[in-house]
Amino acid sequence: MAAVLELLLREEVAVGAVLRWLRQGPGHRPAEENHIHDKLVSLSLLQKDFVPFLLNFLREQTSQILTNGPSTPAKTPNSKAHGSQRTGSERRAGHATSSRVQLFSQRTSVTSCTTDTSFSPAAASSGSSSFSGSNLSSPCSDFPSMASSSSPSFGYSPVLNHSERRSSQKASLGSFLTATPEALPVRRGRRKGGSAVSASGRQVPRDMGRSLAEEEDGKNDSPSWSGGRRKRSEVPLVSARSPPSQLNLNNLEEFPPMGAASGWTNKSKPSRRINPTPVSAERPLSKPKTCFTSTPVSQSPTARFSSGSSLEAFSTVQEGNLTSAISSSLQEEREMLKKERCKLLHQASSPAGISLDPGTPTKPSYTRSASLPAESHLVTCADPAKISCKKQLECLAQLYSSCIAENLVPNIFLELFFVLQLLTSKGTSTAEEEEESDLEVNEGSKNASGRQHFRSVHNCVYFAVQVLDYQYEIISHLEKGTLKFLAENERIASFSPTLHERLKQAYESSTAKVSLLLPCSVQSVSFQPETDNRSNFPSDRAFHIFKKQRDIFYELLREWEDNHEKTGWDFERVLGNKIRAMMAHLSATCNHSHFARLFQKQLIQMCKGPVGGGASWGDTPDQDVLNMLGPDNLSRLKRLQERFVVPQSIRGPCPPPSFPGCQQFFRDFILSAGSYQFNQHLVDSLCLKILELDGLTLVEHEHSDGEADMDEQDEKKRFTVVLLSLRLLAKFLGFLVFLPYRTVEQPTRDLQDSAVALRNQTLPVLDVLKLLRRSIRDHRSILTVPWIVEFLSLADHIAPFLDYYRKVFCLLLQVYRLMVLSEDKEMSFLNKLLILAVLGWLFQVPSVPEELFFATDVRQEGVMVDTVTSAQALDSVPLVDQQLLYTCCPYLGELRKLLASFVAGSGAKNGGFIRKITPTAAESLAPKASVTQRKLQVELEQAFFHNQPPSLRRTVEFVAERVGSNCVKHIKATLVAELVQRAEVMLQDKVKEEDANHDKLLEEVCAHLYEEGAQALIKGREFCKKKGPEAVRVLLPEETSAAVLSSAEDIAVELATEKACGWLSANIAALIKREVKATFNRMLKVPGLPLPSEEALELRRDCPPGCQHRAPFPSQIINEIKDVLCVAVGPRDEDEVIDHDWLESLLGRLSQTLRCRKFMCPTSEQQLAKCTVELASLLVSDRVPLSAGIKPPEKSSERLRVKNNPTYGLLKLLLSVWKEDFGMPVPVQLMFSRKNIGYLSEVKQREWDLFLFMLHGLVEHDLMRTSEIESCLRSLGELPWPSDFLKELEMLSRVFTSEHHREEPRTNPRELTRQSLGTVTAQS
Amino acid sequence: MKLSKAQYDEIAQFLGHVQPTRQSLRKLKEKFPSQSQSTLLSIFSQEYQKQIKRTHAKHHTAEAVETYYQRYLNGVMKNAAAPVLLELANEVDFAPSLMARIVLERFLQEREQAIPSKTLINSMLRDPSQIPDGVLANQVYQCTVNDCCYGPLVDCIKHAIGHEHEVLLREMLLEKNLSFIAEDQLRAKGYDKTPDFILEVPVAVEGHIIHWIESKASFGDESSHQAYLQDQFWSYWNRTGVTRVFLCGYQKVIHSL
Repeated sequence: MAAVLELLLREEVAVGAVLRWLRQGPGHRPAEENHIHDKLVSLSLLQKDFVPFLLNFLREQTSQILTNGPSTPAKTPNSKAHGSQRTGSERRAGHATSSRVQLFSQRTSVTSCTTDTSFSPAAASSGSSSFSGSNLSSPCSDFPSMASSSSPSFGYSPVLNHSERRSSQKASLGSFLTATPEALPVRRGRRKGGSAVSASGRQVPRDMGRSLAEEEDGKNDSPSWSGGRRKRSEVPLVSARSPPSQLNLNNLEEFPPMGAASGWTNKSKPSRRINPTPVSAERPLSKPKTCFTSTPVSQSPTARFSSGSSLEAFSTVQEGNLTSAISSSLQEEREMLKKERCKLLHQASSPAGISLDPGTPTKPSYTRSASLPAESHLVTCADPAKISCKKQLECLAQLYSSCIAENLVPNIFLELFFVLQLLTSKGTSTAEEEEESDLEVNEGSKNASGRQHFRSVHNCVYFAVQVLDYQYEIISHLEKGTLKFLAENERIASFSPTLHERLKQAYESSTAKVSLLLPCSVQSVSFQPETDNRSNFPSDRAFHIFKKQRDIFYELLREWEDNHEKTGWDFERVLGNKIRAMMAHLSATCNHSHFARLFQKQLIQMCKGPVGGGASWGDTPDQDVLNMLGPDNLSRLKRLQERFVVPQSIRGPCPPPSFPGCQQFFRDFILSAGSYQFNQHLVDSLCLKILELDGLTLVEHEHSDGEADMDEQDEKKRFTVVLLSLRLLAKFLGFLVFLPYRTVEQPTRDLQDSAVALRNQTLPVLDVLKLLRRSIRDHRSILTVPWIVEFLSLADHIAPFLDYYRKVFCLLLQVYRLMVLSEDKEMSFLNKLLILAVLGWLFQVPSVPEELFFATDVRQEGVMVDTVTSAQALDSVPLVDQQLLYTCCPYLGELRKLLASFVAGSGAKNGGFIRKITPTAAESLAPKASVTQRKLQVELEQAFFHNQPPSLRRTVEFVAERVGSNCVKHIKATLVAELVQRAEVMLQDKVKEEDANHDKLLEEVCAHLYEEGAQALIKGREFCKKKGPEAVRVLLPEETSAAVLSSAEDIAVELATEKACGWLSANIAALIKREVKATFNRMLKVPGLPLPSEEALELRRDCPPGCQHRAPFPSQIINEIKDVLCVAVGPRDEDEVIDHDWLESLLGRLSQTLRCRKFMCPTSEQQLAKCTVELASLLVSDRVPLSAGIKPPEKSSERLRVKNNPTYGLLKLLLSVWKEDFGMPVPVQLMFSRKNIGYLSEVKQREWDLFLFMLHGLVEHDLMRTSEIESCLRSLGELPWPSDFLKELEMLSRVFTSEHHREEPRTNPRELTRQSLGTVTAQS
Repeated sequence: MKLSKAQYDEIAQFLGHVQPTRQSLRKLKEKFPSQSQSTLLSIFSQEYQKQIKRTHAKHHTAEAVETYYQRYLNGVMKNAAAPVLLELANEVDFAPSLMARIVLERFLQEREQAIPSKTLINSMLRDPSQIPDGVLANQVYQCTVNDCCYGPLVDCIKHAIGHEHEVLLREMLLEKNLSFIAEDQLRAKGYDKTPDFILEVPVAVEGHIIHWIESKASFGDESSHQAYLQDQFWSYWNRTGVTRVFLCGYQKVIHSL
């Protein structure tokens, strides 16, 4: 392992190569073997252990900076970081690690054990020393008793679980040492909270340190992936500090007892990274639970200080030893100073009730406690200029980030938490220290990975900022408050301005505000005739007894509600007997199933709310006042209150499973009842409900039309409710299912084996494996995985080893591995993030075996994922938002707390941040009733539904939903469509005026319409009022009483109106704008087609009356005319002619086609007009070879010839078709185009007669005015024609003018416009 | 009416390398008297388009363009009234309209010293009167009128046919009392890609469920059918579902899928 890192840090191998090497590992994607770096090939067996090694390496490297604070995540310092102490859980994690990797060499175990034992006599002085003695010899099975003797109140602890397992696996002395029960009080202390910590810490202060050291050493020996490397470099150090003469173990000042850890586990072994959390048997209301990953700031200052100080003491002493005597004495002086300062601090800040052991030296130096601004002056200012080994840090950051990005770490949020800790680390850096550490780095480290890359705050911050940069995508999806802290973090700003900028943007654009929701008030489950009336009971007696039980149950609930927070109130003592009496009655009448149903319904009703009605329930004495504010203001007030009141206790991102708020009542009820029958019925009831909810179709298929946004909202809401209910039910199911097997400690290996053998024979109550597989297959894991996690989090210690659950865990692990975070089609980012968060949390739960994540080779447990995502696939719908994410995983809030504490801590230095109070949003368009009134109304409605059959409520809600939705559709189709039409007209006018600024134009027009958009609300209200009651009346039973019916109608109307108007008032402006814009774009896209202006509409005609629509198709006519043109234009065969009669009939058919409008479209008509004009041009220039049936008589007079020329007839026909049959202006002026006149000029013997005839015809048919023709002729004269043609043209012009001048003024105005229009069209 | 694949292939085979002129069409009509002119024209047009697609690039190289232009200039110098461009196009096996476009483009480029815009070229092809050179205008007009596969006239005919068949289809649907949503209504609803008609209530025809109907003004040969499937039909399917009918322009109904 170290070798790999070594190669990397020495830059012999690139990060990319390591990553490829990692991916190639078993259980990962099939890799590009060909790219594996040569130097890594030989190490390929180690891939599996590399990630844990890397994680531990980082923890170890940074421990010096971090351990002086409360929230060190899961890592022991390495030997050089000498003085660092560990918290109990960390230590336990250490065991786990060693047990996990016990395959590795045990080379150093003897050495270290010797070292350890040499310490023990010296330490064997305090009360608990006997433990260590017995522990060295006693068999593992004694542990439980010892544990209970040392701390009787201790609940079940997984500590032994790990040590036990290991010891049974490996019979080394070290392992027995590890199993030292002293570990237990510590752990317990951490878990139990401040008081416990101080108690146990003080109880066994001295040998605590000793035994822990032993334990560490023992663990160390048990070689591990991380240990293997480390040992090599560490052993010399161990011997260096081991001489007892140098270290007076009884000197409390040098080896201060620590609440949470041993002071000088300098040889500390890499701890197991995963920190299982004990299942808490304590009341949630007892002191805040602490969690393995961090020490709460709220815990007793003693513990905090001591932990901080011990590190300091140790590192300095150690440094002194290693470097020089001079520095050592300096250190001593510094120590003394610190001691003094600490005392002062203590007096100032230690809360009442915690008496400090006078003998306990406390040497706090810099504590990361946010709540103590007094220490802020110690915060080191991170300086980008002081970074050392930049390159290596970058390498590490990249590697680490990739591990996170590829889900190779068991919990990405734990890693993020760690990174934020680094970011906010308040390291130690007075000038000398830095020098010293540099010195040490230079001297002490021969190999690259052994070097202290994270000695300085600067390095840590640099590393953290780098990693954050890589993880930007995840971070940017966090809740807004967290983003705010990050965006305002001055360290990020100075270390990476670009990241700072991005974060700022992310913050500004984020809408992910997370707020506490309303706590629910206790409301009973109503009486449901279909399940609760007499006919559902076997006898009158059973019926009446159940009636009584119901009342008793609510009585118990109320009593708990009123009293449970009072001091001295004990559930079992007060309620236990009552509950058992009730159970006895139930048994007598076999009413369990009824009661189980009631119990389950009540559970959902009270606890499904996001906070489970939890922490905040009842903690505000003036709840009524708050209720008056209405939900919006209330949640705002809650946030504010939380900001002030809730202590910023940082518990780390992996708290143990718990039963907050009202859930506590139900759990305690089950425990006190202790009724097998009741539990069984409850299990059945829970299973049924879970299956029902898990199978719900939550997303209807794709929305085709516009109401999508509205339905999406509803879907999200529904999904949230179902998901939260499922999680609640699953938690209780897990609690009940695993309750019989719950053990206080991890059973021994033998017990475990036999239990596994036994329990493998039984079937699981609920086939979660099947459900999980199905959900993956159907792309519904976003719904199923979270509740399965809740279920499994309550598993006992054996369960994960059962064949069945092992499969479940493997599958979950695979899901986790596959769920690489990126925005893709198959799954939205936040959906994935939620799944990753809950799974990551599950992997840290104590009863989940630690080897699961790294050691389990992920067998391909058939993750079948259909590649075709159907529209209904839940996973692909963005259902999760930050609110839901944080509701399901409240521990994500720890990230924010951590950042907040940093701000608070460093506030004194940089003046602190001013928190803005966000102004409230502008009032919506819909007027609101007064808040109190509305609140009362809601309560009345609730009360109304309460006593009605549930179908009534469903009906009303359904009607409201549909009517509301239809209302929006209706408004869109009527009002909006109308507005858009008007906008179209307005836009048409304006576009003509100035086509410069379309956006501005659009804006103007829309602004004009917005006011009228407000009408939507009035119309919407009318619509709902009309439609709602109709629907309700139809859907409710005929027999419904009039009063109920009218109330139901009113509520339905009210709800529908609320829904529709809510949506409309929020979206109407945007909707109008969107529609207008779309129309506008369409308008701009089709510039060729004339807009439906009034004139065009007038000209568009219908078929003549009685039209049979039998006319030839326009396409056919165009085709035929095209053929004529072809022949006319040539080239043609010598003998090719066009039959005159046929051409005549063609024109006749043309006329028919134009009269029947059915198949005509503007393009066809335009083309016909153009073609016929061309044809006319060709005709007048005699270019059409007509095979005339009647040959023109050769020798007739000029006049006669004109009459008899068949072309005249054709031209006449054309003129009449143009005038009578076309629905659009014909571009007759095309006849005067240079090309068409050109035809004339090319003819040898020009027939001006035909042309002149045409000119007259045009005027006669009102197709062109004389003046127009004159001007056309004039401009023709300006073109370069042959001189003789020009002469003829002038003559023609004169003839035409003379013939027409007297008839000139006779065009009526309408004709005029039409003519000019024709001109325009032709020109365009 | 359905046209068998064999018949289609026979016609296609006959076409081989012919010029898209009315003379060719006439020959085709003589050879296949049983087929209507529109069917033949449609098949002709389609086969010819395939051929042009294959050779299009080689006529657009700078050298080719220059050669064509020079030949045109020489030709009209000798005899401006001769069908210079048309013959040139036939000689090099290229659609006359497209040849006209190439030469016109080159001409304008020389005259304006800039590459002319597409809209300008198109508008000049539609109405050659706008071409500032009389001789070229005639030549271009001759080309576009004579081309029976390309050019503005043919495009217009195709468009007209499409429209007519849509109207017919609508008529038939109304006659059968089938409720449908037409393309313009669909577009107004914001559909991005729309078939001509979506049936509000699907019907079954010969055992196939039909959700929507698209009328095409071109012959439904295999390759074009494939292409339509690619471009349009799947996107309809994605939006409306199930089966469709491909009703081609010339009264050939082909059930697809």
